[in-house]
Amino acid sequence: MHATRKLSGAVILALAAMGAQAQVSDGVIKIGVMNDMSSLYADIGGPGSVTAARMAVEDFGAAKKGMKVEILSADHQNKPDVGSAIARQWYDVDKVDAIFDVPTSSVALAVNQVTRDKGKAFIVTGAATSDLTGKACSPNTIHWLYDTWMLANGTGGAIVKTGGDSWFFITADYAFGHALERDTAEVVKKNGGKVLGAVRAPLNTQDFSSFLLQAQASKAKIIGLANAGGDTINSIKQAAEFGIVKGGQNLAGLLVFITDVHGLGLQTAQGLILTENFYWDMNDQTRAWSKRFAARNGGKYPSMDHAGVYSAVLHYLKAVEAAKTDEGTKIIAQMKKMPTDDPLFGKGRVRADGRKIHPAYLFEVKKPSESKYPYDYYKVRATIPAEQAFRPEKEGGCPLVK
Amino acid sequence: MTEIFGIPTQALFGQLLIGLINGSFYALLSLGLAVIFGLLNIINFAHGAQYMLGAFCAYFLLNKWGLGYWWALVIAPIAVGITGVIIERTMLKPLYKLDHLYGLLLTFGLALVIQGLFRNEFGSSGLPYPITKELTGGHNLGFMFLPTYRAWVIVASLAICLATWFMIERTRLGAYLRAATENPQLVQAFGINVPRMITLTYGFGVGLAALAGVMAGPIYQVSPQMGADLIIVVFAVVVIGGMGSIMGSIVTGFGLGVIEGLTKVFYPEASNTVIFIIMAIVLLIKPAGLFGTQK
Repeated sequence: MHATRKLSGAVILALAAMGAQAQVSDGVIKIGVMNDMSSLYADIGGPGSVTAARMAVEDFGAAKKGMKVEILSADHQNKPDVGSAIARQWYDVDKVDAIFDVPTSSVALAVNQVTRDKGKAFIVTGAATSDLTGKACSPNTIHWLYDTWMLANGTGGAIVKTGGDSWFFITADYAFGHALERDTAEVVKKNGGKVLGAVRAPLNTQDFSSFLLQAQASKAKIIGLANAGGDTINSIKQAAEFGIVKGGQNLAGLLVFITDVHGLGLQTAQGLILTENFYWDMNDQTRAWSKRFAARNGGKYPSMDHAGVYSAVLHYLKAVEAAKTDEGTKIIAQMKKMPTDDPLFGKGRVRADGRKIHPAYLFEVKKPSESKYPYDYYKVRATIPAEQAFRPEKEGGCPLVK
Repeated sequence: MTEIFGIPTQALFGQLLIGLINGSFYALLSLGLAVIFGLLNIINFAHGAQYMLGAFCAYFLLNKWGLGYWWALVIAPIAVGITGVIIERTMLKPLYKLDHLYGLLLTFGLALVIQGLFRNEFGSSGLPYPITKELTGGHNLGFMFLPTYRAWVIVASLAICLATWFMIERTRLGAYLRAATENPQLVQAFGINVPRMITLTYGFGVGLAALAGVMAGPIYQVSPQMGADLIIVVFAVVVIGGMGSIMGSIVTGFGLGVIEGLTKVFYPEASNTVIFIIMAIVLLIKPAGLFGTQK
C-alpha cells in the first residue's frame, strides 16, 4: 500500500516533469491558413494571408527563440464541406495546432465546430458572422477582426443617422449575408428607420441588374449591399450603370475592403462610406508594415484581413511562448488572458466570448482628385472606440459569458 | 397597375429585358462552343478562359496603347483567335484521332493554367474597364432605365449570332465546313485544305469568345475568373440547345437568359441553379437537346 502510494507519487511527478518538458506538441507549432485562394474573396485573404502569417512568424523571431513554426495553407473554395474536411485532415493527420483566417461565414461556422470537437484553436479573421461570438461561440475560437454587428452599427448606423431611413437589402444568400442583413436591419429599426424589402442573391453572382431593378422599384432611399468581394464590386459597378445613384437612391456597401475599392477604381467607388478596422495609411507603423507587405505581395497593399492575420498570429505565438504549450483550449484561454498589442491595431484585448476588440473606423472613399499616391483611397470620417465598436458581451447570447 | 403573380407588369418587362441582355452573352458564348463542337468535335473547355483573355486584351489595349473599345472589338478577337490557332496546331491536332474526352481534358487543363497565371498576376478583384463614351448614359423606357450599353449588347450579339448562323448554314464556305465534318477525306479529295479549314474554324470560335469578353468588360469586372463562372452555365446552354446546333445555341442562349431573369424575381435563391434543373429535365426527355439530332 505504502509502496504503491510512493510509486504513484513518482509517476505524477514524472508526468508533471514531462508536461513542463514537452511544451509544444511534436516539437513544431503548426499553423494552417485556410481561405478562398481562387475565387471572389481571394484578394481579401488568399495567398496574401499566408504572406502575412509568415511575416508574423519572422517578426516574432520564432527561429531565434528556438520555436519551430510551420505554416500550411489550403483553399476552402467557399464550401463548408470542403472547409471542414480540410480542418479534419489538418488536425488529425497533419497535426495542425491552430487554423487562421477562414473567410466565408458558412465555412467558418463549420470549422468552428470541428475545432471545438478536436479541442484545437481557431482564430477567425476573415469571416463576419457575429454568431461566432454569439450562439455559436466556443472556448476554442477567437473572432479576431470584424463582425456583422460592427459593420451594421458602423456603416448602417452612420447612414441612418444622416437621413437614410428606408432600406432595401441585396443579400448574399448564405450565413454571412443573412447575419449582416439581420444585424443591419436591427440597427435601422432601432434608429427609427424602415426596411422595405430584401432580395437574396446567390453567392458569386455575375449580374446584379435584376436585383438592382427590384431595389429601384422598392423606392428605398438606401440600397444595402449585404455581400462582399466580387459580389460587392459587381453590384456597385452595375448600380452606376443603371443610374441608381443619379436617380436619388444611395448605396451602402456594408462590407467593403480596400481591395474592392482598388478593383472598382475611385471613379466608381468615390463617396462610398464603409467601416474597417485597418487602413494601411493610418500611422507610421501601419505604413511601414504595409509597404513591407506589398513588396512581398506583388505590389498589392494589404486588406484589413491580411493585417488581421498578421496580428492574430503574432498574439498566438506570444501566447504559446507564455503558456509554454500549443494545446488548443489552453492556448485560447491564454490568448484571452493576455492583453493584445501589435503595431497594426495597437492595444486591445480578447473578451470571454472570444471577441477581440479594437477601434473601428468609418471611412469615406476619396474622389479621384483627392488621391495623391497609389492606394491613397480613404479618409477617416469617424473613429468608433473599441468598447463601442462591438456588440456588448451580454447581448450576444454566448454561453461562455456568465 | 396590373400585376402578374403579384409582380407589376412594368417590373416584369424590365426583368424580361435584363434576361435578354444576359441571354445575349450566353448565346454569344454558346455559339462559339457549338461551332467548335459541331465542326471539330472538340469540347472546348478553354472557352471561358478565352472569353476572359478577350476582356483582358481590351483592358491592355486601353491602358497600354490608348486604343479604346471600338478598336478592342476588332483587335481582341483576332489576337485571341491567333492564340487559338496556335493551340489548335500544336496541342489539339494530335488528339483528333482519340476520344472527345482527351480534347476536353486538354482544354480544361489549359483553362486552369491560363486562369491561374492571370489570377497570380492581377488578383481576383479584377480591373475596371469603363464604358466607352459613345455608349454611356441610358434611356428611360417608362418601365425601366435601359443603359445604352446594354441595348448595344443585345443588338450586337443578335447581329453576330445571326451572321454566324448564316455563314455556316447558308454560304458555300459553310457548306464546305459542314461537309468536312461529315467526311473529311472526300472533301479533301475535291482539293479543299481541310486541316487548315479546321484550324481557322477553331480560331473563329475562340475569336467569338474573345469578342464576348470585350463586350462583357464594361459590365462586369475584367477579372481572371470571369469566364470560369460563366462557362459551366454556357455548357448547360449548349447541352440544352443540342450539342453542335448553331440555331439551338442561339435560341436557348436568349431563352435561358430570360428564364433565369424571371427566376431572379420569383425565387432569387434558385437563380443560379434553374438552368441546370432545365438541363436535367431536357436530358431526360430529349437526350440530344432541344435542337439536336441523334447521331
